[in-house]
Amino acid sequence: MAVFHKTKDLTSKPFHYCPGCTHGIVHRLVAEAIEEFGVSEKTIGIAPVGCSVFAYDYFNFDMAEAAHGRAPAMATGIKRVHPDCLVFCYQGDGDLASIGTAETVHAACRGENITIIFINNGIYGMTGGQMAPTTIMGQKATTCPNGRSGINGYPIKICEMLATQEGTYYAERVSTHNVKQVLNAKRAIKKALKNQIDKKGFSIVEVLTNCPTNWHMSPQDSLKYIEEKVILYYPLGIFKDKDAEVKNA
Amino acid sequence: MARQLIKGNEAIAEAAVRSGCRYYFGYPITPQSEIPEYMSARLSEVGGTFIQAESEISAINMVYGAAAAGGRAMTSSSSPGISLKQEGISYIAASDVPCVIVNVMRAGPGLGGIQPSQGDYFQAVKGGGHGDYKLIVYAPSSVQEAADYTYKAFDVADKYRIPVMILCDGLLGQMMEGVELPPMRDLSALPKKDWALRGWDRNGPRRIINSLRIQPDELERYIDGLYKKYDAIRQNEIEVEEYLCDDAEIILAAYGIVARICKGAILKLRKMGIKAGLIRPITLFPFPEDTFAMHAEKGSVKKFVSVELSKGQMIEDVRLAIGGKKPVAFYGRTGGNVMNEDDVASFIAGGK
Ligand SMILES: Cc1ncc(C[n+]2csc(CCOP(=O)(O)OP(=O)(O)O)c2C)c(N)n1
Ligand code: SF4
Repeated sequence: MAVFHKTKDLTSKPFHYCPGCTHGIVHRLVAEAIEEFGVSEKTIGIAPVGCSVFAYDYFNFDMAEAAHGRAPAMATGIKRVHPDCLVFCYQGDGDLASIGTAETVHAACRGENITIIFINNGIYGMTGGQMAPTTIMGQKATTCPNGRSGINGYPIKICEMLATQEGTYYAERVSTHNVKQVLNAKRAIKKALKNQIDKKGFSIVEVLTNCPTNWHMSPQDSLKYIEEKVILYYPLGIFKDKDAEVKNA
Repeated sequence: MARQLIKGNEAIAEAAVRSGCRYYFGYPITPQSEIPEYMSARLSEVGGTFIQAESEISAINMVYGAAAAGGRAMTSSSSPGISLKQEGISYIAASDVPCVIVNVMRAGPGLGGIQPSQGDYFQAVKGGGHGDYKLIVYAPSSVQEAADYTYKAFDVADKYRIPVMILCDGLLGQMMEGVELPPMRDLSALPKKDWALRGWDRNGPRRIINSLRIQPDELERYIDGLYKKYDAIRQNEIEVEEYLCDDAEIILAAYGIVARICKGAILKLRKMGIKAGLIRPITLFPFPEDTFAMHAEKGSVKKFVSVELSKGQMIEDVRLAIGGKKPVAFYGRTGGNVMNEDDVASFIAGGK
């Protein structure tokens, strides 16, 4: 009989995340995946600036906390010193897709052999609900109180963009809005980590998550919002996978 | 060891490699581009990593990562690029990570010009980025010193777990001089870094490289600790050259290339019967306050003159050091213009 146990790759410190926030689920998926590969002792994680800034308190690895948006650059430096370590970045959408866009794109273009877990919740959670680069059209935020419209510009599609770059090995978008999607997210995260272990190159998993607090919704409604609204703009799926390209060739 | 004729920028790069630097991250900018160019070829010979980063911001954060992982890491740039690095430098200082940053200064502000300047003194010595922190700042005044202090910078950075800056100017970076390069270090003999990221084997505490301290008391305690470290650096690391100060009535204060110009001017002044001398800070932080203070006490010293390629930046530290005991005059050029010995000598002889 399978008994559920907490992965040893999360510390016992209670998460500070709001009730119903899926940041915690993604932490667990990442930690479980690393434990299952048996590489915990050779793993270095990088926390972003955002709600998950304290990720270094939760992931039971050697950890670094990068400046806002700079995690892929910091990961690059770490990976070059320890090419045999598994190096992952855990980043929000303001962190990765706004202030850190250059770091993200160029880490991909270099084919840097790192793994990025990209949390797309369409909002700046930590700073209190301002518009993110990923806020979808019509979605309200404190800096687009009437809902995002053309005057705010359009949401950025990171996986689609990185898929056009030669250096990207793997880019997939997954979601956390129900159990099936969470299990699928774990598969994608494992693939992105395995790619690094196999020295294949830059892999990113974009995870659609919620922010009940700043979306002003109950946790259930926020998950429904992902399912009904967010994935229309951010379709799920694999945007680039060089393994498949090899197979199809 | 044979002397060789080598450019300042290349001397810095080669000295870094010999000091054990195996990780270099940079972005091109005049007048320091010879450093990344040299490193791109040289580091591949010694099994190191060179990355031409997408920006100075990324370059300094790559340094942050590599140094946090225990490597000897360096970046270099010139003034506008150093401005971009300030965020990263503040984070590095606030997580006790050692690294070396080279600024081959050009004229500012803004895009400014590409000729030599010393306009980044405040930025280098007073903080530059946000918050209460310091760098150790070396100001070499010859190509030989550029090599020697770059070599030393990695050791001092490791000793105190602090970012160290080599502050030189475009003239020094671009000129060629005969240099005796320091020996290649045995990497296995470098100090071990137990604190550095490497993957946690469940023995001892895990390592966290971090600058976030959200509790005010915790952050204050940390900053107090940083300043204890800076006190120790003041005790141990000040370097200064005194030139013909013993009988001097007028003491010039200058660093880097300007100090060499001043030495020539001083010899001319002495031929004219004016007893001039020079205090040359080699460390800009920690600043050699006591040397200035000691000379300021002497009855024979009439005044000080700070000579800089700026509108007067180091002069503030000179004034603080002598505590109002003697007048302090200023002579400087900006815009990328460099004074010559006659300019300095006639300013002093003119008695201003
Ligand atoms: C240079 C800099 N600019 C701004 C901030 C303030 N800030 C902290 S977190 C954040 C946005 C976080 O949003 P996101 O990355 O989407 O993560 P989330 O909090 O939603 O998980 C901002 C703007 C900062 N810390 N540093
Ligand atoms: S503010 Fe939003 S993203 Fe941040 S912890 Fe709360 S629910 Fe999660």
